[in-house]
Amino acid sequence: MNREVVIKTDKLTKRFGDFIATNEITFEVYAGEIFGFLGANGAGKTTAMRMLCGLSIPSSGTATIAGFDVYKQTEDIKKNIGYMSQKFSLYEDLTVLENIYFFGGIYGLSNKQLKEKSNTLIEQLGLQQESKKLVGSLPLGFKQKLAFSVAIIHEPKIVFLDEPTGGVDPVTRRQFWDLIYDASDKGITIFVTTHYMDEAEYCNRISMMVDGVIKALDTPANLKKQFAAQSMDDVFFELARGAKRKGD
Amino acid sequence: MDVIVNNISKTYNKGEILAVDDVSFSVKSGELFGLIGPDGAGKTSIFRMLTTLLLPDSGQASVNGFDVVKDYKEIRKRVGYMPGKFSLYQDLTIEENLNFFATVFNTTIKENYHLIEEIYVQLAPFKDRRAGKLSGGMKQKLALCCALIHKPTVLFLDEPTTGVDTVSRKEFWEMLQRLKQQGITILVSTPYMDEATLCERIALMQNGKIMSIDTPQNIMDQYPDNLYAIKAEKMSLLLKDIRLYADIKSCNSFGEYHHISFQNDSPLIQADFFDYLKNKNHHIEWKQVAATIEDCFINLMLNHE
Repeated sequence: MNREVVIKTDKLTKRFGDFIATNEITFEVYAGEIFGFLGANGAGKTTAMRMLCGLSIPSSGTATIAGFDVYKQTEDIKKNIGYMSQKFSLYEDLTVLENIYFFGGIYGLSNKQLKEKSNTLIEQLGLQQESKKLVGSLPLGFKQKLAFSVAIIHEPKIVFLDEPTGGVDPVTRRQFWDLIYDASDKGITIFVTTHYMDEAEYCNRISMMVDGVIKALDTPANLKKQFAAQSMDDVFFELARGAKRKGD
Repeated sequence: MDVIVNNISKTYNKGEILAVDDVSFSVKSGELFGLIGPDGAGKTSIFRMLTTLLLPDSGQASVNGFDVVKDYKEIRKRVGYMPGKFSLYQDLTIEENLNFFATVFNTTIKENYHLIEEIYVQLAPFKDRRAGKLSGGMKQKLALCCALIHKPTVLFLDEPTTGVDTVSRKEFWEMLQRLKQQGITILVSTPYMDEATLCERIALMQNGKIMSIDTPQNIMDQYPDNLYAIKAEKMSLLLKDIRLYADIKSCNSFGEYHHISFQNDSPLIQADFFDYLKNKNHHIEWKQVAATIEDCFINLMLNHE
């Protein structure tokens, strides 16, 4: 099968002094794939993600994101990806509509596009009553769904989700994954980190980082087979148990 | 009873936000009790009222027989509290932080070292490192030591495992089981449903209310319907197709499987359901399963709406 590769890294490495945060990671992610990027705390996930988003220049190795080079074309990368994290995504003291216009504007949408996009988006999320309310006053579940929709408002090739479902209730968590599936069906590549092992099962493929390196990379079914494990939780435990680094 | 809560409520923004809505429960001496729920359920507000850091709008609560409003000074001497947000002194070292908290409570590290020994030995090699420079897991261990060093009668742990990977979470819960053996009453909150089964009794919370309170086993046993796990090649499509079937009561993804229940479960309905899926070209794998706490939580949430 000849699939379009949207993320390609080769021995991508980041050193901070003597400390090798991310150590020669090599992998590919295909267009439209839901790719789970898992690992223990301190394994080097955040550092790797920052390099892939064009926010941190690697120490060595190569990588291209949506065809752009992580050393020389970081601005092009930023234009062609979306990003959402649990910690920061929306401005709480702007209204729903203002947030959509703000982020859409930053990504270069025209006034006409902004108007159309915001209408469909508000309708899809059922936020008609709330569109003029401050985002800070919305329930967390709404905020997260809105944040995700805003992160893909410019129809990026790839969206990076850093623990997007932390702290939300089990129903909202599943609704959020419905949004992820929809985006993936539209051809957007999803690159996601999570601490929920049931969510790992929803990914097409998963990589597991331990102590700066990728220890395993495959489909959930194959990983379970490989480690003779009942669940992804067991796979994770098997791989991360021996981790030397324990951090954030 | 170490903790008794009677009909407490708490609002913020001049009554605009109802954070805790007429909540009652009690915790027995030596019990490991869990408040389970997502952000905004009211867990932190309850902890802050019980540790006398917030005043309830209405209702009463007591800890060790002391009233949380009138006898706040007595309660503060007795309880240990580990907030969800790291709240130790970042510019003091590990040892200085621990010493500080021991001294504030008129005790010494030596006097109660047995309580923290097992956790502290992992920190000891770094005892001269400033708290602000520690990794997440080490901060968590230090915070637990500081909350324990005055030998509290009741320990309040607010989301100690949030954002922590599964391996560290397992270790943390093993530590709690051992603390329980020392006779300390523990109240712990968590948004992770899978941790509920590690508590002796739990309260499932949503929007300021307790939806159910019992042992995890009793809550799971009380799930009202037969529950089945189902999987096929195309899981996302399977979910959509199942939801379109008329007699489905609930259908939620649970990792590798979807969990489903029927409106009126019977062999006849099941046979019809299998035919329906066959016509949609799904080759399914299927088995009856016991409900997990997360199944129960979802069911209760939908009933409460």
